[in-house]
Amino acid sequence: MIQSSESDNLPPPIKNRRGHALSRLGSSIVDMIMRFFDFIFEPLQNAIGIKRMAYIFLLPNMLIFGIFVLFPMLLNIYYSMTGGTKLFPQDRQFVGLENFRVLFDCQNYLQPGTCNEDLFWRAVYNTAGFVVFQVGGMVLVSLITALILNREIRGRGFFRSVFFYPVLLSPVVVALIWKWILQREGVLNVFVTAMGGDKVPWLLDPRLATFWVVLVSIWALMGFYTLILLAGLQSIPPELYEAGAIDGTDRWQSFRYITLPLLMPTLFVVLVLSLIRAVQVFDQVFVLTGGGPGTATLYLVQYIYNTAFANQIPQRGLAAAASLVMGSVLLVLTLIQLRLGRASEVA
Amino acid sequence: MVPSSIAAFLTRRRQRNGFDISDILTYLYLLAGVFVMFAPITWLVMSSFKTQAALIEFPPKFLPYAQETAVVPGYDDPLPLYKVAFEDGSEKTLAQVRRVGIVAQMVDPQNPGEIIKVPIGQRQPIRKIALAWSNYTEPLKRFNFLIYLRNSVIVTSVATIITLIINSMAAFALSKYEFRGRDAIFVLIIATLLIPISVILVPVFIVITEIGWNNNLWGVIIPGAATPTGVFLLRQYMLTIPDELIDAARIDGASEWRIYWQVILPLAKPALAVLAIFSVMWRWNDFLWPLIVLSHTEVFTLQVGLNSFQGDLQTQWHYVLAMTVMTLLPITVVFAILQRHITTGIATTGLKG
Repeated sequence: MIQSSESDNLPPPIKNRRGHALSRLGSSIVDMIMRFFDFIFEPLQNAIGIKRMAYIFLLPNMLIFGIFVLFPMLLNIYYSMTGGTKLFPQDRQFVGLENFRVLFDCQNYLQPGTCNEDLFWRAVYNTAGFVVFQVGGMVLVSLITALILNREIRGRGFFRSVFFYPVLLSPVVVALIWKWILQREGVLNVFVTAMGGDKVPWLLDPRLATFWVVLVSIWALMGFYTLILLAGLQSIPPELYEAGAIDGTDRWQSFRYITLPLLMPTLFVVLVLSLIRAVQVFDQVFVLTGGGPGTATLYLVQYIYNTAFANQIPQRGLAAAASLVMGSVLLVLTLIQLRLGRASEVA
Repeated sequence: MVPSSIAAFLTRRRQRNGFDISDILTYLYLLAGVFVMFAPITWLVMSSFKTQAALIEFPPKFLPYAQETAVVPGYDDPLPLYKVAFEDGSEKTLAQVRRVGIVAQMVDPQNPGEIIKVPIGQRQPIRKIALAWSNYTEPLKRFNFLIYLRNSVIVTSVATIITLIINSMAAFALSKYEFRGRDAIFVLIIATLLIPISVILVPVFIVITEIGWNNNLWGVIIPGAATPTGVFLLRQYMLTIPDELIDAARIDGASEWRIYWQVILPLAKPALAVLAIFSVMWRWNDFLWPLIVLSHTEVFTLQVGLNSFQGDLQTQWHYVLAMTVMTLLPITVVFAILQRHITTGIATTGLKG
């Protein structure tokens, strides 16, 4: 130990860059920290043996994982069966399935107005509608874009980056960009008035607001799915197309009988990933419309957020019950993915 | 020469059947894509440099114009300049002192003593292209923007470092050791890949409150640190590192910890880099969880702060827009430098951005 610290104190070699000294300092700090850990772990290893060191390596990750993922999952189930306004579970009274009874207390499930907890059912139907249009549009647009990027084009890398760039923007930023465009005096209404129309309140009409919420979310995320589909397309061996050309396939046939079947697994991944994400839609919409106008763009996660954290009188038990319902929907979607994914592997 | 070279550029294809209608459609689609993707962002950046007066103008100009002003003796503030058309057909540049109803009281900057009354219909503002940098500098002084920025930097960097360390330690154990319960733990981690935080908001909030991390940056940093995605990614990569290297290091007398940080970590650098990029993106853009944990403005991250700005400053879009640009700038710079790594990283791992 003493020897090595002496050798560390030797004058450093000639430095020609300032960054060099800094990075040396940084790495020697890291080095010191790591040496310190070695100081603890080496006797430990001698005591418990090499194999059990694996548990030590797992410990920090599993500790956080257990406290902040596994335990909350179990707590959520118990919590959904408690009532009252207190926060901590030990202060709350056990009410059994009362919260679920409240959630599912409906005269007619198709009409949210007849439900006890009508906001939940509005959120359910809004989310279902959002999922259908957003996922449908997303798969279509990203498939077309991926097919086009897969053609022999110049500057593929550039165009790929262009479509991908919005994926990196935060949902808050995306929402503010579009809020600025869609406001009453915004630039979109310049085009509308230039064509002789009246200014349209894009985000104040329930249907238009839903339309824009779907569109903005496709705009923001399509680059991600395009990228995955493009990778899928590029993994199709070109020999197949050459063989098809020899057999005299036209463009549609080679798409229908070569591209589509071979792209199916990737397409399926994209479908399920975008489904799972669409069910959890929250932040963009929260900033863009706040769930409005009225409850037109109120989705499930925002319902849970409002019920548990934003409302004057929080009903956290109800929120926990609603998130269990949402969690089971996500679970079913995932199981379908696993089942079908295995089936397509076998086929 | 130029048109022919453009044509040659566009028609350059490997296939023999030359340039056809589908190629035209392809490039039209791509150009439209560039417009749809970039126009909103360009518009945001342009607008962020406009003065408050220029922002409420309808229809708006594309470039940021600001009215020219002149310092006139006898007046403290610079006065706005107008071009005034008189009834006799002559034109003159005058500075406006004040406006009363539909009449503007104006002075000639060369002859500031005499006030000229002009109906407002006869005057046109004189403008020049000017960037309203004050949109950027004012929020730094007047609001907590710098505090939010600091909090975001702390959360992003600390969370990323913790994630990299604990995920790589766990991945090392799962890929290079044989011990009881290994497969069970791995399956458990993979199973929670599918459990998003939005499903367990309430119980995690209770845990955080019990610990006392409400309104504390640790409450934002720690719960998401043990990412199953990161463990999975690193484990798959570490499986490709040959076990012989570890055996050799053991023969040389290296401790397990030393093997981890001097053999495994340097070899896993590519996977660590991918995870680092993603962790930075997740944390910088994270919104829902910080929104729940943080309710005091002094601990807000940029995203939460930006959201509260747009609620509080609804009439002050010039500040909101400038702060939005400042928030998207770091990620844009990172993307510009690392775009190849990011896009190939996503294509190969399927991580969500």
